[in-house]
Amino acid sequence: MGSDNEKSIKANPLNEQPLRLQEVREQWMLLGLAAPAVLIIVAIILIPVGWLFYLSFVGSDGQLSLEHYQKMIQYKSYARVFMTTFQVSMLTTLICILIGYPLAYFLALLPQRLAGFFMLAVLLPFWTSLLVRTYAWLVLLQRKGILNDFAIHIGLWETPIKLVHNMTGTLIGMAHIMLPFLVLPLYGAMRKIERDMMHAAANLGASPIHAFWKIFFPLSLSGLVAGSLIVFVLCLGFYVTPAVLGGGRVVMVATQITAILENQFDWGAASALGVVLLVATLVILYAASRLLKLDSALFGKH
Amino acid sequence: MDWWKKPASDTQVTHGDRLWLYIVATIVMLLLVIPTLIVMPMSFSDSQYLEFPPSNWSLRWYAEYVDSSKWMRATVTSLQVGTLTMLLATPLGTLAAYALFVSGHRAAKAVFVFLITPMIVPVILIAIGTFYAYGRVGLNNTITGLVLAHTALATPLVMIVITAALRTYDLNQERVARSLGSTRLKAFFIITLPQIKFSVMTAALLSFLTSFDEVIIAIFISGGSNATLTKHMFSALRDYIDPTIAAISTILILVSTVLLLTTQFIGSRQK
Amino acid sequence: MANQISNKSSDTPSALPISIRGLTKKYGRLHALDSVDLEIKSGEFLTLLGPSGSGKTTLLMAIAGFNRPDAGSVRFAETEMILTPPHRRDVGMVFQSYALFPHMTVAENIAFPLKLRRVGSGECADRVAAALATVQLSDLGERKIDQLSGGQRQRVALARAFVFRPRILLMDEPLSALDKKLREQMQIELKHLHRQLGVTTVYVTHDQREALTMSDRIAIINHGRLTQVDTPQAIYNHPANSFVADFIGESTILPLSRDDSGKLLFEGHLISSSPTQDSGGAWSLVIRPERLFFIQDSAADSEQAIVFDGMVKEFVFQGETAFVLVSIADKYNLSVRFGTNSFSSQNAMQPGDRVSLGLHRKDVIVIPQSM
Repeated sequence: MGSDNEKSIKANPLNEQPLRLQEVREQWMLLGLAAPAVLIIVAIILIPVGWLFYLSFVGSDGQLSLEHYQKMIQYKSYARVFMTTFQVSMLTTLICILIGYPLAYFLALLPQRLAGFFMLAVLLPFWTSLLVRTYAWLVLLQRKGILNDFAIHIGLWETPIKLVHNMTGTLIGMAHIMLPFLVLPLYGAMRKIERDMMHAAANLGASPIHAFWKIFFPLSLSGLVAGSLIVFVLCLGFYVTPAVLGGGRVVMVATQITAILENQFDWGAASALGVVLLVATLVILYAASRLLKLDSALFGKH
Repeated sequence: MDWWKKPASDTQVTHGDRLWLYIVATIVMLLLVIPTLIVMPMSFSDSQYLEFPPSNWSLRWYAEYVDSSKWMRATVTSLQVGTLTMLLATPLGTLAAYALFVSGHRAAKAVFVFLITPMIVPVILIAIGTFYAYGRVGLNNTITGLVLAHTALATPLVMIVITAALRTYDLNQERVARSLGSTRLKAFFIITLPQIKFSVMTAALLSFLTSFDEVIIAIFISGGSNATLTKHMFSALRDYIDPTIAAISTILILVSTVLLLTTQFIGSRQK
Repeated sequence: MANQISNKSSDTPSALPISIRGLTKKYGRLHALDSVDLEIKSGEFLTLLGPSGSGKTTLLMAIAGFNRPDAGSVRFAETEMILTPPHRRDVGMVFQSYALFPHMTVAENIAFPLKLRRVGSGECADRVAAALATVQLSDLGERKIDQLSGGQRQRVALARAFVFRPRILLMDEPLSALDKKLREQMQIELKHLHRQLGVTTVYVTHDQREALTMSDRIAIINHGRLTQVDTPQAIYNHPANSFVADFIGESTILPLSRDDSGKLLFEGHLISSSPTQDSGGAWSLVIRPERLFFIQDSAADSEQAIVFDGMVKEFVFQGETAFVLVSIADKYNLSVRFGTNSFSSQNAMQPGDRVSLGLHRKDVIVIPQSM
């Protein structure tokens, strides 16, 4: 090997300039393909939300101020709204976990073909308009609704119980709407768990229950956490179901935002609430992504 | 041997041991499906009030829906907006997903995350944001405004579906086509696209449905003669329980079911 | 395989030489290719051999145009190709995954490059038929890709890559998805096909036996650098360094010491009195297991051979050969392999047996230590 020749190439690499130019041109072309999508997200999401962000810092006198955020801390009504939002989101998530985990487990145990069929029970509501599903619950749960009729008929209770236009109705409706968001990722994670892992556990002397808790459950956690997170975050900003099934008694952040706009037309206050909602969502997602990364670093990637 | 004594798994758990799981899962699945299914028979009731089962069957509420110019106008608007959103979001999302998937540049991942933001930002915020911004440029109560907003919501869904499809696709096929003499553009259209076409169709259906079923943004930015079906339904729900809604709901459920079964069929064809 | 494929038209040569200079590709701080220079002769079968992550596929992709290097030059004959897009390089390519188009039939797959070159439909059909005959799949033209076995897919990918008469053929581990028996059969067929087409072929593999079987020359690549480029025999008999010695074939590598007069010794045995070039560094002795032979009576080193005394640690019968691990000087393990044609149950060895091993001086390989 001629070392002089090598040195001269290192010092003056062949075709470096045109190659870099070609690379840059290709990347720009690819970015160009994504440009229409980027443009629409900038116009519809970034600019309007950015605008709200700005409005939230403009006081009633037109000057920059923190008055909208100060109000949130001062007024008890705001605290109540935040509490309700958190409560509803938390309870909905818990209900989803409690009834979603057995369902996902059941589906994961089935042979692929059968699971595909039963999966329709999850997918059908998922694809059905949320307005229609909320309406269905409104009909089912009302005073003279089917549920009350049925319960009185079989003697569960004697007089009609108020099941809707309150917290109960809201939670039932929300859980119904959110359940697919939990079951789908959870089912995916469970399917990925190798059957051999359970065989190995049994072979090493674990009872089925022991093997489930020591092997299967920890491995399904990543899916459970992802699903719960989606549910919780979606609940935080939910509007339609609490507005209809809560009947004005369950005031969550989104409901409050529209109320402020409808009644007081106060863009600053509404925007500030929206910003808090967005920030809370982002913080939770960020924290969760750090936590999950830590988790996979500690236990290896499943 | 009785069925419940047969082993349900290789680790000798019997079906009997799992009985509780089967019961719980069945109840949950019924709870998921029944509420929507029960609306259907009720929509065929003759009564002012919703009954189950209806004492007298009739198509009264369907007639009410079809004869109402308000409902018809809203249905046409929703179909229009849904179709236009589908026609816009599908190519935009597909192109972006492809470009970012192929690029391999560091920035590509950041752009992808940016394009996914509509799924993270609470919809209420997008709704009031566009309402405010549209107010400045006169897009409120227009089809254009609705289509743009719904496209922003649907594009990330298209991108996720297409990216998933590209992950299972062997990109070497496109490379080989290029080495055999095809330009990149041509290779995309005659080699890659035919093989992800089922995913593109699924993405298209999904973006139609996203727009067609969307409530919150429509409540804010649609109105007048361009109000959507969902906007009218929502205001009807808040006021009183109008049995016409049951009829409309039944139609919507059928539409969703047909679309869902289409995608399932597409999915099985794909394999 | 069918005999004629009218590949050599009168005025254009059927093969092109490839000249690679200063090819560099970095991923972050990692050099996938570190200023690679390589001359590939017209019509030769050259194999890029290296462990995974060595840069061999990156180099192949750079020749095909799918991987844009940071710097360097790739010439086909005299023409600079480094900036030419892949579709204008006229290079046949076979991928590890075959990358057959599943939405087309076998014949449509093979006709694909011809259609792009606007070959008339009559000629196109003839050439597809000829290509199918060459890879012995004449009856399968109308099949769908998913109806083919792994070996058949491999042949279709091959036919598609040469049907348009490229003057350069690139293959990226094309046989790695096949089972052992089929792979060995295909190696011979590919070599045969290469001779038939006369096309310059660059072949990537991590399987040293495959490289030895098929190549005119082997280029050994490690950490993005070429370590040795030579014929299979030369590489096997004269590895340039311990990486090559270790990677190609089985070998025992033993450290050598040097006495005052510059002679190289191993445990008192004189190995070499004058190393070819004196870099001042340490040297190692490379012993191929099949070059060692058993000596019945204990003997001393001679003009012809070096004799090691040792003790059998392990004896393994492996069919056509037997493998023995012999410990010498209680420190080093020598691998010995011998054909079982001369083997009978009487000379089966037991662990603990004392043996003497001979090595002809002509089989001595001395290399600079670790590089």
